[in-house]
Amino acid sequence: MAATETAAPPRAARPARPVRGAWNPNRRPKSKTLTLVMTLGLVYSLLPLFWLLVNSSKTQANLFTTNGLWFGGHFALLDNIQQTLTYNGDEFLRWFGNTMLYVVVGAGGATFLATLGGYGLAKFDFPGKRGVFALVLGAVAVPSTALAVPTFLMFSKIGLVNNPWGIIIPSLVNPFGLYLMWIFSRDAIPNELLEAARVDGAREWRIFFSITLRLLRPGMITVLLFAVVATWNNYFLPLIMLNDPKWYPLTVGLNQWNAQSQTAGSTPIFNLVLTGSLLMIVPIMIVFLVMQRYWQSGLAAGSVKQ
Amino acid sequence: MTATTRTARAWRRGAAVVFAGTIAAAGLTACSSSSSGSGTTSGSSGSASDIAAALQKTSTITVWGWAPQDKDIVAAFEKKYPKVTVKLVNAGTGSTEYTKLQNAIKAGSGVPDVAQIEYYALPQFALAGSVQSLDGLGLDSLKSDYSAAVWDSVTVNGQLDALPQDTGPMALFYNKKIFDKYGLTVPTTWDQYVADAKKLHAANPNEYITADTGDPGFVTSMAWQAGGTPFKVSGTTNVTIDTADAGMAKFTKEWDQLEENGLLSNISGWTSQWFTALANGTIATLPTGAWMPGNLEDNAAAASGDWRVAPMPTYDGGTAASAESGGSSYAVMKGSSNSLVAAGFDEFMNAQDGETIFANEGGFPSLNSVLSSSSFLNQAPAYFGGQKINQVLSAAASSVLPGWSYLPFQVYANSIFPDSVGKAYEAKTDIGAAVTTWLKASATYGQQQGFTVTVK
Amino acid sequence: MTVLSADSPPRSRKSELRPRRRRKWTGWGFVSPFLLVFLFAMVAPVGYAIYLSLFQDKLIGGNRFAGLANYTQALTDSQFWTGFGRVSLFLVVQVPVMLILALAVALAIDSARLHWAPLYRISIFLPYAVPAVVGALMWGFIYGNQFGLVAEIGGWFHTTLPNPLDNTLMLPAIGNIVTWEYIGYNMLIFYSALRVIPGELYEAAELDNASQWRIIWHIKLPALRPAIMVATVFSIIGSFQLFTEPSVLYFLNKDVIGSAYTPNWYAYSLSFNGQEYNYSATIAILMGLLTVIVAYVVQRIGQRKGA
Repeated sequence: MAATETAAPPRAARPARPVRGAWNPNRRPKSKTLTLVMTLGLVYSLLPLFWLLVNSSKTQANLFTTNGLWFGGHFALLDNIQQTLTYNGDEFLRWFGNTMLYVVVGAGGATFLATLGGYGLAKFDFPGKRGVFALVLGAVAVPSTALAVPTFLMFSKIGLVNNPWGIIIPSLVNPFGLYLMWIFSRDAIPNELLEAARVDGAREWRIFFSITLRLLRPGMITVLLFAVVATWNNYFLPLIMLNDPKWYPLTVGLNQWNAQSQTAGSTPIFNLVLTGSLLMIVPIMIVFLVMQRYWQSGLAAGSVKQ
Repeated sequence: MTATTRTARAWRRGAAVVFAGTIAAAGLTACSSSSSGSGTTSGSSGSASDIAAALQKTSTITVWGWAPQDKDIVAAFEKKYPKVTVKLVNAGTGSTEYTKLQNAIKAGSGVPDVAQIEYYALPQFALAGSVQSLDGLGLDSLKSDYSAAVWDSVTVNGQLDALPQDTGPMALFYNKKIFDKYGLTVPTTWDQYVADAKKLHAANPNEYITADTGDPGFVTSMAWQAGGTPFKVSGTTNVTIDTADAGMAKFTKEWDQLEENGLLSNISGWTSQWFTALANGTIATLPTGAWMPGNLEDNAAAASGDWRVAPMPTYDGGTAASAESGGSSYAVMKGSSNSLVAAGFDEFMNAQDGETIFANEGGFPSLNSVLSSSSFLNQAPAYFGGQKINQVLSAAASSVLPGWSYLPFQVYANSIFPDSVGKAYEAKTDIGAAVTTWLKASATYGQQQGFTVTVK
Repeated sequence: MTVLSADSPPRSRKSELRPRRRRKWTGWGFVSPFLLVFLFAMVAPVGYAIYLSLFQDKLIGGNRFAGLANYTQALTDSQFWTGFGRVSLFLVVQVPVMLILALAVALAIDSARLHWAPLYRISIFLPYAVPAVVGALMWGFIYGNQFGLVAEIGGWFHTTLPNPLDNTLMLPAIGNIVTWEYIGYNMLIFYSALRVIPGELYEAAELDNASQWRIIWHIKLPALRPAIMVATVFSIIGSFQLFTEPSVLYFLNKDVIGSAYTPNWYAYSLSFNGQEYNYSATIAILMGLLTVIVAYVVQRIGQRKGA
């Protein structure tokens, strides 16, 4: 409960819920029926995750012979984790490292570019601004998955396939992030502040790095979280851009492990696929839980407000 | 004022760097692809002694393969030729790898020196000129080391395109425990097989003679085993597709009795459910390639002692007949900058020590000397109740019918198989009609791609 | 995303900056890094796809200019249109179901009548953290009606449940995966929008003794309209792009997924199994166009209703 209430977004973003004077919703009676109905939703959401946890603790042999919704047979979670991490020469860890690389450079870069661009669009008038707006919105509507094939063909012509840049460069573009930062800059940075700084003779880039960036932080974190999820989950683009497993992110790697069952002569490793999946979602869940207040304040302040 | 102009200049400089980088990258690609191109022409001819000399020089080659034994074969190779470094890459299995191979060829960079290619896909790469002929490298002299059917599989248009690693002569794997339990006889004809299927399913509705949800590799191999030759290729562009092929018709007519009457389990092959069903007796037989034993031992371990191997049933109960199901070769790719070393590796892997390693680690070899060695023939794995299964499988290898060929666009044809035949399996309707639809759709694709396709 | 253009194109709303000639190009300085990458990684591929779609490259015979031949072929390509029909059906059924559920959850959590509301909010949101591939893999195991969880549930009732991945149930099965994955995300968008409704509105309602339903109908839903538009348009784009789930489930039932289950999967099969790069690019461009049109129409309808 406390999480949201203390989640008054940092300075400059609007409070999540304006003070409501005497009207305090928390004094209203709780409804048992509503809670019960919502519990169904809770079970629906969590049951598959629980299933994953349970089945990550089973040996391959027990996977399909024991009750799927409860721990059974030998408790092999630690074995499975150890096997997952060391299978085929630490490839899981390598893929994890790759994923981190794509997330840090891709999502970090995307956030930075979106912040610069959003601020530029919000606080400066320049020739062609409306054109930029139209271009960005127009291109965004083209399904990015549909773009992957032409992107691959184009990148292959200039030698950008089968190396990390083929993944990183496309993920640097996050038009939704640009839009969020645009709205956010417009509202969060008082023009008077910029004027005052300019009167003092500060240069635009100094103003940006010493004043603006600080004010934009909540918005940036929201955009960063979106971008992190997008790059963390990225599947289609790496699938076609990469030939060599040494550059795979976890998504593609895990699917290759799963597809291993399709190979005559290879041993299926369903237990490792499941354990790997579990290991893969744990870090991002932690990020979600720790950062959740930013999601809300950022979303509230930006994307969906008129 | 100055601030702005400096920033602007900084941005311009940044942009210039980005573009310069792009151009440099593009230039590099162009260079590397052209240099490997010239390597091709100089490397495609040579002799055994040229290969031997090249293997003593420092070099690095890249090999794409997914066979689990490859790692040890590479290690043995590097031990024997310490100056050669082999980069082994598992770029995916089967069509996943072909996709990537095709992409790399299209991109003109990242093509490996040696790649694993299954027999059914080899014509596609051979006719497109993506693999190097091994004739000029003296490897054609290995012909007598393999059976005629295997050699046919790696020879496209009279040109040797790859060396065979494993073969998959088909045999009937059956669960003896289930057969005993329900009093089934091991079938020698397909009619008996169908009778067994009925008897088994009637005795226990949860048990099936086999699982089949429609698999292009299985259908083509079964047509082959029935003596069919629906595909004929002459030259590089002339293709004949026979929709009335007698072998295909024989098979579909027989199999329809199983499919339309719900006597086939609809568990998809190679899934977790499938392995479970093989282990617990839900699926009683598998007509499949000789590479199957290792998969059963590893993934249906609970059924240890239950399974046996018999020759494939035939249509008339007469002469033994088998067909290849699956099986891989390794080709030296065009664009390899070191095709002599690549060919040397290929030979080591598939015609020398590598093949022994392959067989010792559970692969089903193609090399005659390994196939007929007593150590191979006398293996009596406990999983198969001590049966000397390799004797059955080896016999199957020598009964593979000659004369089969695949389409030069079989990979694509197989990818659209579910759209017609798969749908028939799903709806339990006539397989024969669906196969005709499939063959016609494949013919259309061939025509679109510029082949001269004759549909009979 | 186009829905966002419905908002006023962001010009500074408060005090318009006084025109300052000397800063004219500074804005470009800030925008150009994004724009450069954008041009390179998004606009150029679109352009290249359009270029490709005008050629035909054959295995035998090579590359030649084909004009609009690929487009005329696509317009009569039943595989493409069947796939398009399938994602449209998906869109018409799954998107409303998911959004209405998300809306209901958001309203319930915001109603303050729920015990332990934050627990529900976090839990229902969590599946969004699961990458689509992992989600599909996981559900693939669960869906096993012979030896998976579905089989066990059937076992409790002493029956064999139908295979969720057969011809008739595959699309609902995919719909369930997508719903499971994105319900929390949409819920959060709605919930965030609910949180910024000014308290004065509620106070007024309170004074009028308005019922909960009236508050929802007259205050909350109107305030949610833009959020619903955003979520709808995102979901439309998402539906039309359906790829990951079919590509993972393909291994579990190839017969149903085939090579053209969704337009994106079709484009992928065409270029990577069939080397039909040009035709594949044509499909991609057509799908892009159709997405823009549908998103635009939906957004216009939404606006008209609101006005």
